[in-house]
Amino acid sequence: MTVNNTHPITSELISSHGINDEEYARILELTGREPTFTELGIWSAMWNEHCSYKSSKKWLKTLPTEGHRVVYGPGENAGVVDIGDDDVVVFKMESHNHPSFIEPYQGAATGVGGILRDVFTMGARPIAAMNALRFGDPGHAKTRHLVAGVVSGVGGYGNSFGVPTVGGEVNFHPRYNGNILVNAFAAGLAKRDAIYISKAEGVGLPVVYLGAKTGRDGVGGATMASAEFDDSIDEKRPTVQVGDPFTEKCLLEACLELMASGAVIAIQDMGAAGLTCSAVEMGARGDLGIRLNLDDVPVREENMTAYEMMLSESQERMLMVLRPEMEDQAKAIFTKWDLDFAIVGLTTDDLRFSIHHQGEEVANLPIKQLGDEAPEYDRPWVEPGTHSQQEPHLFAPPHDYNTALLKLIGSPDLCSRRWVWEQYDTLIQGNTMQLPGGDAGVVRVDGHPSKALAFSSDVTPRYVEADPFEGGKQAVAECYRNLIATGAEPLAATDNLNFGNPEKPEIMGQLVASIRGIGEACQALGMPIVSGNVSLYNETNGEAILPTPTIGGVGLIDEHERMTRIGSMQAGDAVFLIGTEGTHLARSIYQREILGEETGPAPLVDLLMEKARGEFVLAAIRADYASAVHDISDGGLAVALAEMCMAADLGMKCLIDVTYPHSALFGEDQARYIMTINSEWAGMFAANSEGAGVSFAQIGQVAEERLIINDLIDISVGDLKTVHESWFPDYMGETALAEAAE
Amino acid sequence: MPRTTIVQFPGSNRDRDMIAAIAKISGISPTLAWHTDTSLPDSDLIIIPGGFSHGDYLRSGAIAARAPVMKAIAAAAGGVRILGVCNGFQTLTEAGLLPGALMRNARLTFVCKEVKLQVANATNAFTAGYRDGEVIRCPVAHHDGNYFADQKTLKSIEDNNQVAFRYAEGTNPNGSINDIAGIFNEQGNVLGMMPHPENLIEPAHGGQDGRRLFEGALNMLETESA
Repeated sequence: MTVNNTHPITSELISSHGINDEEYARILELTGREPTFTELGIWSAMWNEHCSYKSSKKWLKTLPTEGHRVVYGPGENAGVVDIGDDDVVVFKMESHNHPSFIEPYQGAATGVGGILRDVFTMGARPIAAMNALRFGDPGHAKTRHLVAGVVSGVGGYGNSFGVPTVGGEVNFHPRYNGNILVNAFAAGLAKRDAIYISKAEGVGLPVVYLGAKTGRDGVGGATMASAEFDDSIDEKRPTVQVGDPFTEKCLLEACLELMASGAVIAIQDMGAAGLTCSAVEMGARGDLGIRLNLDDVPVREENMTAYEMMLSESQERMLMVLRPEMEDQAKAIFTKWDLDFAIVGLTTDDLRFSIHHQGEEVANLPIKQLGDEAPEYDRPWVEPGTHSQQEPHLFAPPHDYNTALLKLIGSPDLCSRRWVWEQYDTLIQGNTMQLPGGDAGVVRVDGHPSKALAFSSDVTPRYVEADPFEGGKQAVAECYRNLIATGAEPLAATDNLNFGNPEKPEIMGQLVASIRGIGEACQALGMPIVSGNVSLYNETNGEAILPTPTIGGVGLIDEHERMTRIGSMQAGDAVFLIGTEGTHLARSIYQREILGEETGPAPLVDLLMEKARGEFVLAAIRADYASAVHDISDGGLAVALAEMCMAADLGMKCLIDVTYPHSALFGEDQARYIMTINSEWAGMFAANSEGAGVSFAQIGQVAEERLIINDLIDISVGDLKTVHESWFPDYMGETALAEAAE
Repeated sequence: MPRTTIVQFPGSNRDRDMIAAIAKISGISPTLAWHTDTSLPDSDLIIIPGGFSHGDYLRSGAIAARAPVMKAIAAAAGGVRILGVCNGFQTLTEAGLLPGALMRNARLTFVCKEVKLQVANATNAFTAGYRDGEVIRCPVAHHDGNYFADQKTLKSIEDNNQVAFRYAEGTNPNGSINDIAGIFNEQGNVLGMMPHPENLIEPAHGGQDGRRLFEGALNMLETESA
């Protein structure tokens, strides 16, 4: 049976592809005639926001992307950073927001699958994953279902594939009620000279299709990811892909074997817009045309049209340009792993993207223009408004400090995430040195006696909402601090920018200002952005999410024997605050949970101070002074101390100078850490801090059983833990389930 | 020198952990066998590692249990020591080389955490490095670790001292009957267990409680205790 590939091009069809009049005029000009139905699909896939970054490109170009360790920055499947000894770390973060809201398990699972492929396409074996998840109000009818689905989807894919999930974030806010965020991070290790990029080289070489078969799943997915939601979202379920981690694991092993054999010239995974995007990228980067014959594409459904095959987002597929003399060897590897291996096309010298199906040419488009000449918009934007700083006395103190601290550490955003991360395999590969729950996940570098890598994912959306510029800076600064706190030198970062509709000037203003903030912070803190992803149109019925530019940072620990943890202190150690007394309560967790408000300015980030204190803390860890380190962030000093006590199962007795007790305990001022130091060295450490000009205060001692702060706080660590550990299982109904079972 | 063979299936994913553990403990890299192999090299210990063989798409270990290599493993089970960890344990029960079955965890979710194990029978080579009743640390990471056997089978397992490890101190993570975490076959040369001793064998793992299991299985204990 012959499949019909023609379809009249009407204005409704054009607009349903997310193409506006101006863009269509440009398409007519570049095509030289009315596009065919298949061609319209290809243009739409390449020019949508998700693939083309047309609203953000102008601003993304301003980010610092270079550094002496950067091997490949943005533009490849993932960023590549040198970690010495010819080793490189390859990493990226990417969103899968829209699919996860529609079908949480598969949406999250394929988000994890996609980011893992981005990493191993470059020849790196994935060694760590993280997931930054943002859900709506816990009281919202859909939230529990979405949490359960997303967490099991993340675990279901990553656990089976075999990558340890070592970190991430889980937060709740009503502004995500209609549009959750699933940002998946993956990092891999490779040798510097064994990295593969997508640029094809050589004319007349076979283009090979690898992996799973093509079905109709995900047709138009990239276009969906670039549209707002309304109440008809359930109709979009068929555009969500289905993940198969088993095939992905086989694909990983087959690809790494294939790369080691020397058969690969260029390779690209099929992610968003599948075959279209991967083929165009390989050709356009290498200044080559690509000719594909769709009759040779392995399919798992009958009667697929050219349009469907070109736009399918079936998972676990790759496209490769092969050294022709190695075809037999390459094929044998894929046969061993029971995966499809099909020559589906050729590289050409005519710079055309030519698609054949059933003996007919169904598309013939200029490949460079598809890839590089996507529209680029300088969308109108307005400078976000600012708030004046607010003194602590403007905020009411709590009735009781013990009750307030317990409420904070038992709140949805600060409680233990154990319920989540115990569903992830955190230990597989046998290299995990720090689990989720500390400042950063740590994985040692396999085969090296002392190196390890630290990973952290951070952003505080309520700060970004208040002040996109300072909020953007803060996301980078907190990530930097979390890496430092383990004893890692921050190396580089990936950014995952989640915003609303960029056609609204206020939203565009948030994007512009936060990119500016991220750029300044990355420059100042020496963390270039080496990869990233932009997710726009995160709106439902016209309401945007909180602006959420997630930063995924990677740091290098040169001697993991000196690594510090959040709870690695001993009773008797001296407790030091690095930084000054807390003063900032606006947009704090205290303000939200105790006062029931979310107003005012974000805390200011002094980047020079961040850098100076960060370098001081890192030097102290490397000199083996510190027994434990933790950064002070959400919830302020009291929450940071409580978190250390719970992790160590030890108490602390602290006496701090306070001007305003509530801001001293709960203020969220930046650039601050807690360090514990063996008491014998405390004097010398204090002298060093003084000499280095770093603000510090010796505030107490590690003790047994109770956290005591002045006459304000006196709680047993057991009570802290009970409250901290119970919110998540209670919320998910687990406690009730366990009681019923007994 | 002890010779170890590790059997790999498509979807095995703790094979690399196991290879590293054996190389570190025994000083020699294990030989690898593929699921389609029909014979195995002479070995002192054969290991089926953890993972999601064939995606665990039918039942955990069910497809792996019917792989060509399992005939060779069944033949070796007449005398050679065989260790199945996690997916390996599931595969050995599916293949009928160990009694009982591993069902979905009682809480229905994947669980990865550290648990406590009580050594229930230290008279076997696998457990000879531990004291009877000793409680050790060990991580688990599985979705289908809820051990079950019918009453008659269970009674015979218990009567024959075939329980190797039990979850201790209230840490049963999956609802296993009688807190069973690992069992021997009747002869005592085949051990299946859900926990992952290979992930706790060196200081960088935060502990070494898993190490003695491999030293016992590889007859390396004399030098240790001397």
